[in-house]
Amino acid sequence: MERRWQRRSPVLFDWLRKNLSTQAQTMPLYIRIKEKIIVFFLAASSFVSVFITALIIYILFSESAGFFKKVPLGDFLFGTRWSPLLEPASYGVLPLINGTFLVTAGALIIALPVGLLTAIYLSEYASNKTRQFLKPVLEILSGIPTVVYGYFALTFITPILQTIIPITEVFNAASASIVVGIMTLPIITSLSDDALQTVPRSLREGAYALGATRFEVSTQIVLISALPRVGASVILAVSRAIGETMAVTLAAGATPKMTANIFESVQTMTAYIVEVSLGDTPQGTIGYQTSFAVGLLLFIITLTLNFMAQRLLYKKKH
Amino acid sequence: MNQQSITKPYEKAVVEVKNLSVFFNQNEAVKKVNLSIPINKVTAIIGPSGCGKSTLLRSINRMHDFEPIARLEGNIFLEGEDILLKSVDAVSLRRKIGMVFQKPNPFPKTIYENILWGPKINGFKINEDELVEQSLRQAAIWDEVKGRLFDSAISLSGGQQQRLCIARTIAMKPKVILMDEPCSALDPRSTGRIEDLILELKNEYTIVIVTHNMQQAARISDYTAFFYDGELIEYGNTSKIFTTPVLKQTEDYISGRFG
Ligand SMILES: Nc1ncnc2c1ncn2[C@@H]1O[C@H](COP(=O)(O)OP(=O)(O)OP(=O)(O)O)[C@@H](O)[C@H]1O
Ligand SMILES: [Mg+2]
Repeated sequence: MERRWQRRSPVLFDWLRKNLSTQAQTMPLYIRIKEKIIVFFLAASSFVSVFITALIIYILFSESAGFFKKVPLGDFLFGTRWSPLLEPASYGVLPLINGTFLVTAGALIIALPVGLLTAIYLSEYASNKTRQFLKPVLEILSGIPTVVYGYFALTFITPILQTIIPITEVFNAASASIVVGIMTLPIITSLSDDALQTVPRSLREGAYALGATRFEVSTQIVLISALPRVGASVILAVSRAIGETMAVTLAAGATPKMTANIFESVQTMTAYIVEVSLGDTPQGTIGYQTSFAVGLLLFIITLTLNFMAQRLLYKKKH
Repeated sequence: MNQQSITKPYEKAVVEVKNLSVFFNQNEAVKKVNLSIPINKVTAIIGPSGCGKSTLLRSINRMHDFEPIARLEGNIFLEGEDILLKSVDAVSLRRKIGMVFQKPNPFPKTIYENILWGPKINGFKINEDELVEQSLRQAAIWDEVKGRLFDSAISLSGGQQQRLCIARTIAMKPKVILMDEPCSALDPRSTGRIEDLILELKNEYTIVIVTHNMQQAARISDYTAFFYDGELIEYGNTSKIFTTPVLKQTEDYISGRFG
């Protein structure tokens, strides 16, 4: 048994040896076997998720490979017209990226100031009681199904926008931005609040002792000290906004275009993937493969962002 | 009530603590303390751990404002004005009463910015370079940092950080400087430098220092207040307290028999 483990998975074997054998030596045999079986199942379940992730990545790459055999990478990345399903076909992904970043930027304009101010309020101003009330309320925001947000944007926010700004189209980036902003708010607030809380009390006291107001201490000392972690929370929120699908599909529309006007309909990368998945594009065709190419791009972008956030979070303090 | 022996300094008092009690919930950490802090002198506060030294010190610059469970009774007069009154603005009070903490706590900014942050947020009209140099010189750290003013303050050694914190405090030109065991995290060499510095500073500032180090109290202070269990037990001339204390309790503590 042990030898097979060792051959198949040296890492797991080492781990088993380090964590079990020292105390296990003195235990009766049947307990040692039982322990090993338990560990086997624990490890096996964690391998399931690793395996599934690997599988998804494999499919993303292999299906995209089919696409990139037909369309040069440069045409895909830098082309400004996206029309894969209608003739004349064109595979420039920039309009989708434009749509995604338009919605994300709009979301950030809302979520960043509101999220940061809420985090500062929670961490530096609110009494323990208020805090214990507000934090769970924020968590609820992130528990609302995203389709509800999409519906809310379409049937509530868009009509309001249309009354204020008549040029607003039925599908528009603005209403999507607003709900995505609300959806990412808990990420920024909660993680930034945690970040502010890690700033030692002694630093705050040092600042107060110099005749600083609470606002000066919060914004110029506490926030600055926690900046790397706050930055990480913002990056994670951006990553979440970029990956957001349901709300933007419902609210922002399905018109890939290079526009900076948030009151027009656009299409995001995620919304395009939904369109292909729901449509009747036959498997194996280039139209079908486009969604994997877009998916791969999306995956690389969010992975990079998450990686950056991790770097900020675990950066060694000098 | 323990026996007390309190000799008021004959110098003018800058800070006058009157019947001060500090409660944390029901726990009375400082009990009806009366204490006069004389101008341009170093006053040491000594006593066993948990006797309320820090609590008393932090009352003087209203640091307990941030502790919801803290409650203060009595008065503290700064040049005749009762600073514990609700109507007194704690922020502007703290401009006049600086504080140096046990653990050096420089801001994660440059050395230069550390000095200027206090004066700037308070809108003082200053010549920046001049104030930085002057404060760092007064804190006896100028020669060590003059070539690296724009390095992060975090890159300094513990002893240098503490002197920077002192420099940052004197850049505000306060009337009183409170120090809570400022040397307890430092090596003997750094401690020596800070002691010399304190002796320099008392020409211009009134200093109150909490210390566990009896030799330090004896070396640098003019007056010594001995606390026990929240009460001021004996207060008077440092030389008198350390050579001929009135009370047996004080003598026992100073000679290291308890505490
Ligand atoms: N923020 C606080 N909340 C509750 N109790 C406190 C608080 N600060 C101090 N105390 C209590 O007040 C008493 C005095 O504490 P204080 O820190 O003033 O002692 P100290 O003389 O400074 O001790 P040390 O020499 O160890 O620093 C202790 O019983 C302590 O538990
Ligand atoms: Mg203390």
